[in-house]
Amino acid sequence: MQRNRLATGGRIDRQQSVSFTFNGKTYQGFKGDTLASALLANGVDVVARSFKYGRPRGIVGHGAEEPNAIFQLGKGAETVPNLRATQVELYEGLDAYSTSGWPSVDFDVMGSLGALGRLMPPGFYYKTFMRPKKLWMTYEHFIRKAAGLGKAPLEADPDTYDKLNQHCDVLVVGAGPAGIAAAREAASTGARVIIADEQNEMGGSLLASTHSIGDQLAATWLVEQLAELSALDNVLLLPRSTVFGYYDHNFLAVLERRTDHLGLTADKGSRQRMHRVRAKQVVLATGAIERPLVFANNDVPGVMLASSVSTYVNRYGVAPGTALVVFTTNDKAYQTAIDWHQSGRIVKAVVDSRPAPCGAIVKAVQALGIAVITGSGVIDVVGKKRVQAAKIAALSDDGQEIRGEIQTLECDLIASSGGWSPAIHLSSHTGAKPRWNDSVVGFVPGESMQQERSAGAGKGTFSTAACLYEGASAGVEAAKLAGFGDGLVSFVTPSTQELPEEAQQALFLVPHTKTSSRAPAQFVDYQLDVTAAGIELAAREGYESVEHVKRYTAMGFGTDQGKLGNINGMAILSKALGQSMPETGTTIFRPSYTPSTFGAIAGRDVRALFDPERYTATHRWHESKGAAWEDVGQWKRPWYFPRGSESIHDAVNRECLAVRNSVGILDASTLGKIDIQGPDAAEFITRIYTNSYLKLAAGKCRYGVMLKEDGMIFDDGVTACLGENHYLMFTTTGGAAGVLAWLELWVQTEWPELQVYFTSVTDHWTTATVTGPNARKVIAKVCEDVDLSAEAFKFMDWRDGTVAGVKARIFRISFTGELSYEVNVPAHYGRHIWEALVSAGEEFDITPYGTETMHVLRAEKGFIIAGQDTDGSVTPADMNMNWVVGKTKTFSFLGKRSLARSDSARENRKQLVGLKTLEPSTVLPEGAQIVNDPNEPIPMAMQGHVTSSYFSANLNHSIAMAVVKGGLTRMGEVVYCPLADGRTVAAEIVSSVFYDPKGERQNV
Amino acid sequence: MLQIHCPYCNETREEEEFTYGGEAHITRPLDPESLSDAEWGDYLFFRKNPRGLHHEMWNHAAGCRKYFNVTRNTVSYEILESYPMGAKPSVTAETGDKN
Ligand SMILES: [Zn+2]
Repeated sequence: MQRNRLATGGRIDRQQSVSFTFNGKTYQGFKGDTLASALLANGVDVVARSFKYGRPRGIVGHGAEEPNAIFQLGKGAETVPNLRATQVELYEGLDAYSTSGWPSVDFDVMGSLGALGRLMPPGFYYKTFMRPKKLWMTYEHFIRKAAGLGKAPLEADPDTYDKLNQHCDVLVVGAGPAGIAAAREAASTGARVIIADEQNEMGGSLLASTHSIGDQLAATWLVEQLAELSALDNVLLLPRSTVFGYYDHNFLAVLERRTDHLGLTADKGSRQRMHRVRAKQVVLATGAIERPLVFANNDVPGVMLASSVSTYVNRYGVAPGTALVVFTTNDKAYQTAIDWHQSGRIVKAVVDSRPAPCGAIVKAVQALGIAVITGSGVIDVVGKKRVQAAKIAALSDDGQEIRGEIQTLECDLIASSGGWSPAIHLSSHTGAKPRWNDSVVGFVPGESMQQERSAGAGKGTFSTAACLYEGASAGVEAAKLAGFGDGLVSFVTPSTQELPEEAQQALFLVPHTKTSSRAPAQFVDYQLDVTAAGIELAAREGYESVEHVKRYTAMGFGTDQGKLGNINGMAILSKALGQSMPETGTTIFRPSYTPSTFGAIAGRDVRALFDPERYTATHRWHESKGAAWEDVGQWKRPWYFPRGSESIHDAVNRECLAVRNSVGILDASTLGKIDIQGPDAAEFITRIYTNSYLKLAAGKCRYGVMLKEDGMIFDDGVTACLGENHYLMFTTTGGAAGVLAWLELWVQTEWPELQVYFTSVTDHWTTATVTGPNARKVIAKVCEDVDLSAEAFKFMDWRDGTVAGVKARIFRISFTGELSYEVNVPAHYGRHIWEALVSAGEEFDITPYGTETMHVLRAEKGFIIAGQDTDGSVTPADMNMNWVVGKTKTFSFLGKRSLARSDSARENRKQLVGLKTLEPSTVLPEGAQIVNDPNEPIPMAMQGHVTSSYFSANLNHSIAMAVVKGGLTRMGEVVYCPLADGRTVAAEIVSSVFYDPKGERQNV
Repeated sequence: MLQIHCPYCNETREEEEFTYGGEAHITRPLDPESLSDAEWGDYLFFRKNPRGLHHEMWNHAAGCRKYFNVTRNTVSYEILESYPMGAKPSVTAETGDKN
């Protein structure tokens, strides 16, 4: 039975009953309810337990500001944590859970023990962060478990999400009276307008209004306005869409919830959509959030915001209690007394902190026979799981002290209002510095940093008539600046018959007979259990900056970002420090306004679409041979080709032996290839590489190393002279894009006089590397027009020829140290040439091999891999590669000067050496740290680390490459690698060339 | 996310199309070998990092692949101009921020 449901009224559909469960119990609500309004209709008082103290908590608000009713919806893969019940539309079968309270919110162990509160005094976070990070992890685990911060789903999200790029002339944020007027006026100029609003229905404050606009009810006026806007082609209405972030250059992110009101997952289409809006002009009509007053036990269920009580009555037909006390500092909250009275329930009193309020609405309330207790405040609450009475005391004229006796007024609902805080969050995102306004008693948007202006309550303008006018003015101004209209308002502001208001009182913390530290807790931030006493303690401990106090107390750190509590907290801090609000200032709001779904931010860029996969032309052949894959950048490369039940170790050993004993074939197509042309190509390449290409003849290749200007190696590879002014540069697979950008940088910025042009041709070619003592015999079977003799086609030569009927470039370069031919053909002939080479090699048992074997073979030869054996901190000398540095080049090539810097030239730098483990079968882990003496006390003096390490089947022992301090002068010394698993491995420093040290095998 | 004008394409495009190239108008010394370590180190490592107007290089990486210069306010992120390599900025900290 919905005992708090009113017989009539509200925007709900009483014909459509909706059943839902909360903490396993089934309830009924109506279509049009939020989860919060339905729970209140059913008289559910306690919906959560507080974070630190485990206190019972009820619903306080009706929108984004709600700090207590934060629930988990559903279970399993589709579960959603941290949803505010006030923003969850009710649907059939909705299944919600409190995430706090154990074993239940009605009986909570933490609350009865107060355990977490004692563990977590104010300053807990701050102090914990200062301690070793390890300890924080322990605390965090415990806190999360106890405080019930919601659970992320463990399974993959079953839904899809969209991203949509939008462009418009005017984006209007918020569809209350100001936003609607702005959109209407901007649209009338022909400007393209988007209006977004976070609620299911547009209208903002009008949805719960009992007033008239012109000669119509507000609700009727609203229907007409929205119908007119919907009919316009140049207007896009986005309900259920939260503008959660305002970024640079008028870029705003809008999260549209497309199906959340129907169920946890979308039946079809996307669940949510991110609109990435680039707006020429923006109107922020974001409204205001009512501010609760801070008094003792102000968190007992049944203490609510005054406007929320009105909203539940007027919009949802729910009266969340029977006997109401309104506690206010301003005229606006008197409307709640009227609304409650008209719902047929009892208003016990309006308690007004102002000494002598006598405005029109005060008189109107008194005329209804409602008691108004002036110059007084609710200082304390009786009740634990529900308000039972309010304790009321007379206050001094400024509201800061108690004067006179305390009276107790029985009631079960206290509606409090300390004024309204403009929702300046989005303005704040732009870097605009909020300004304190004494008459608003709140921060208003600062000077615009972007193409935006605020209008309406978000700017501190509260009457509906003024909001309509201000919205209309903002709309035409924005349109004009976007190039539409003359900037003149055509909209005639309708009359609204609103009563003139008297000034409000600036009151935040209501005094108690005891000091804050001794009085019952006076809550400022409900979500994180921050009290007035906690903030005063921070001030006493010497924290003066509001940002420090925020971190000290954790105020505003919750998922509600302190929407209710921050201003009160700052006011309490100001008073404690004896300064004004502008002097204290405010913390800075940052995106997101409300929590946003990761799925929507990722959109379709997940799983297979997260990053492109690049396949070579022979990918399907490798696949058919059962290749295991290695990701190299975006490329899929065969890692090894297991036969039968071979392990990686077995397969790699077999592949390594096959190459050295007969012949292997590798798909090297992923190597970066840059075609370089122009009269200054050789000069340019010579400035980029450490060695010279000025005399490299057509048909010849040369290996080079590239340095950054700091002298450190960043890429390497072979460059071939293809003809006059024409070169082909090979780069590492992963470095291709970076090298191209590097070349372009220098020719465009420093040497524009050089005529040289670059084209990336990586994907144009298939490269099949045939390597091993039988390589020549294999090539000879498929290539008749090239003289393959050792004398005619030497190591580091290349030739044009025909391979298996296809025009090819054949390079005699070698990364294995064996006789090698790298056959390059246009990629669409790739599979053909590959299969021709494999069948030509059949009689020699040609063995396809992958990247792992390639790595082992090159390591046997001591060939470095840029990015594995180098890390951006090593010079050619460090890599024992001074032979690649031209000594006589006239131009000071990139990085050369840095090689002579004192630090680059010093002795005892880490140098590339080989390591041979004393126990030959032990393979060192890559990254293992090297020390001289494993018995040295920790911290030991680090000597270097292992960069590459494998088992070599050809040598029948493990091999490793490492960088060791002064390593090149330490041959034969034994060093030690203490490993994470407790073992210490001893190894001898040896030459990094383990196999064929004279390099004879590649030269045959 | 910034919107950046490429002076070669003469188009204002999303930041996603561009890569950042660091401080502009740093000239590589013509004779590096004649410089002291300190002078060379200044060219290599030291940057102005101003609060306010900054002249910086951007590359239209997913467009024409040209480097160009931008004058950007590092506080507001407002971009005051884009101009080609080799040209001089028309707005500088000396001539005054338009703000
Ligand atoms: Zn461009």
